[in-house]
Amino acid sequence: MNQVIRAEGLVKHYKEVKALDGLDLAVPEGKVLGLLGPNGAGKTTAVRILTTLLEADAGRAEVAGVDVAANPDQVRAMIGLSGQYAAVDEYLTGFENLDLFGRLYRLGRAKARSRARELLERFDLNDAADRPVKTYSGGMRRRLDLAGALVADPKVLFLDEPTTGLDPRGRVEMWEVIREMVAGGTTLLLTTQYLEEADRLADEIVVIDHGRAIAQGTADQLKDQIGGERVELVIESAANLGRAMETVNSFSTGEVVVDEQSRTLTAPVTGGSGVLVEVLRQLDSNSVKVLEFALRRPTLDDVFLTLTGHGAENGNSEQPQKKKVSA
Amino acid sequence: MSQLMWLAADGYNVTRRNLIKIKRMPELMVWVLMSPIMFVLLFSYVFGGSINVPGVNYREFLIAGIFAQTVVFGATYTGASLAEDMQKGIIDRFRSLPMTRSAVLVGRTASDIVYNVLSITIMSLTGLLVGWRIRTSFWEAVAGFGLLLLFSYAFSWVMATVGLAVPSPEVVNNASFMVIMPLTFVSNAFVPSDSLPTPLRIFAEWNPVSAVTQAARELFGNTNPLAPASEAWSMQNPILYTLIWVVVILAIFVPFAVALYKRAARK
Repeated sequence: MNQVIRAEGLVKHYKEVKALDGLDLAVPEGKVLGLLGPNGAGKTTAVRILTTLLEADAGRAEVAGVDVAANPDQVRAMIGLSGQYAAVDEYLTGFENLDLFGRLYRLGRAKARSRARELLERFDLNDAADRPVKTYSGGMRRRLDLAGALVADPKVLFLDEPTTGLDPRGRVEMWEVIREMVAGGTTLLLTTQYLEEADRLADEIVVIDHGRAIAQGTADQLKDQIGGERVELVIESAANLGRAMETVNSFSTGEVVVDEQSRTLTAPVTGGSGVLVEVLRQLDSNSVKVLEFALRRPTLDDVFLTLTGHGAENGNSEQPQKKKVSA
Repeated sequence: MSQLMWLAADGYNVTRRNLIKIKRMPELMVWVLMSPIMFVLLFSYVFGGSINVPGVNYREFLIAGIFAQTVVFGATYTGASLAEDMQKGIIDRFRSLPMTRSAVLVGRTASDIVYNVLSITIMSLTGLLVGWRIRTSFWEAVAGFGLLLLFSYAFSWVMATVGLAVPSPEVVNNASFMVIMPLTFVSNAFVPSDSLPTPLRIFAEWNPVSAVTQAARELFGNTNPLAPASEAWSMQNPILYTLIWVVVILAIFVPFAVALYKRAARK
């Protein structure tokens, strides 16, 4: 198949820190690749190299067959980029921003203007079109930023954490917009910290950690690898942890993760709520008191626990250290 | 279209964007234009009484110095705006577009000419109110304003380089203060340079701010045989000496700033 985005052995250092450590990526035409990983995994660095904002120390990257290091201008004319930080001018109105980008994409005045109107309409920003961006909400800024990436109707699109910092409603709206967009046949590379987001939007997911791909596949393949839903229980007494674990383990399809401090057990299961009921019944008959219980979809943290044995090392979160226990 | 035509077109669009910002934030201009007025009034009425330039009307001597000081200070705005654009990620956006690489800087410095024209206009009016007069021909006066603008344009590129090299607009303001204070005060802008101790006097004589000031005095007819310019070549040929500085500054800082822009990253 025709690979529209291709990266081979990308390496990038920032002083002593190795941001990328031999990353390979390939996105076929019209497909969506989700680059999934915690903060500091190298996602943004990869996007910056592919969009010509940064030069790699080693390796090569191509967009639509054009080498990003050798012909950056040609690449820039074909791509759209929307980053983690809404890169729009807050003193300009929504219309003025898109009009400016259109002119700088060299669409010509008339075309830039009509394209700006069209995108404002499409992204539901018509009412705010002539207001300075300063007055926009976070979600509106993000939508405008995304519209900015689409001004030249690019064949290839890069979205760096398009929903980070948005509230749940904003996130769902953004997903709808992105889904509509890729339905039109755009090739998309999307980075995210949310497994659910990658699951909903991407045809294929690459899990990245410390600048390297640690797993790759469709959302389904990845889920098979990490198991289905999680049962999560908080039990009343630490003394019962051993007994509880034995019980949970008999239902689990994978390894049970125990956090002794919070007396929490997490285990992958298949069979949905029926299994949860069974687990609770069994624990009850074994006299283990449960304080909280939940059935939830796997998170990035679960993916990392399963694939690497450690949680997603999120630079700024202070989660208690969890460990994997096999019984 | 040729490369140069694209540079002009892209630069025009960036200039337009910068000017819209001035329109949306008039308060920004108010503060910036207030400072030269304050300086004129401060030196005319507060310090002016104790600064004695024999045989010369101090206000007439002073205004050219304030002009030079203001255009140099004004360049800080170029650097601070670029640092702000970088901080907010808008430079990343520009760098991902297929526009001419140097257009953001060309547009920035061009829009700051508009800004300098405004501040020079305000200063001239204030000067006229406190007794400053142009005593030369129309064309000499035009040349005087032209030279001030040319020098400020060159200096914008110095500050653009600073703006791209430092992490935030606040740092631009602090860093430029360290450079601009000695440049403007150790000069002939406020006092005749021959009143200074020898090392400072030599610095002042060869200081480009002194040259612009002296050139402006000559072109506006504010010199006085009772307070002659010093004997140094730079002060005897201030117009030529200023033009040499303009060329040297542009030759060094335009390529320097463009190179920094190409490697710029959001900090």
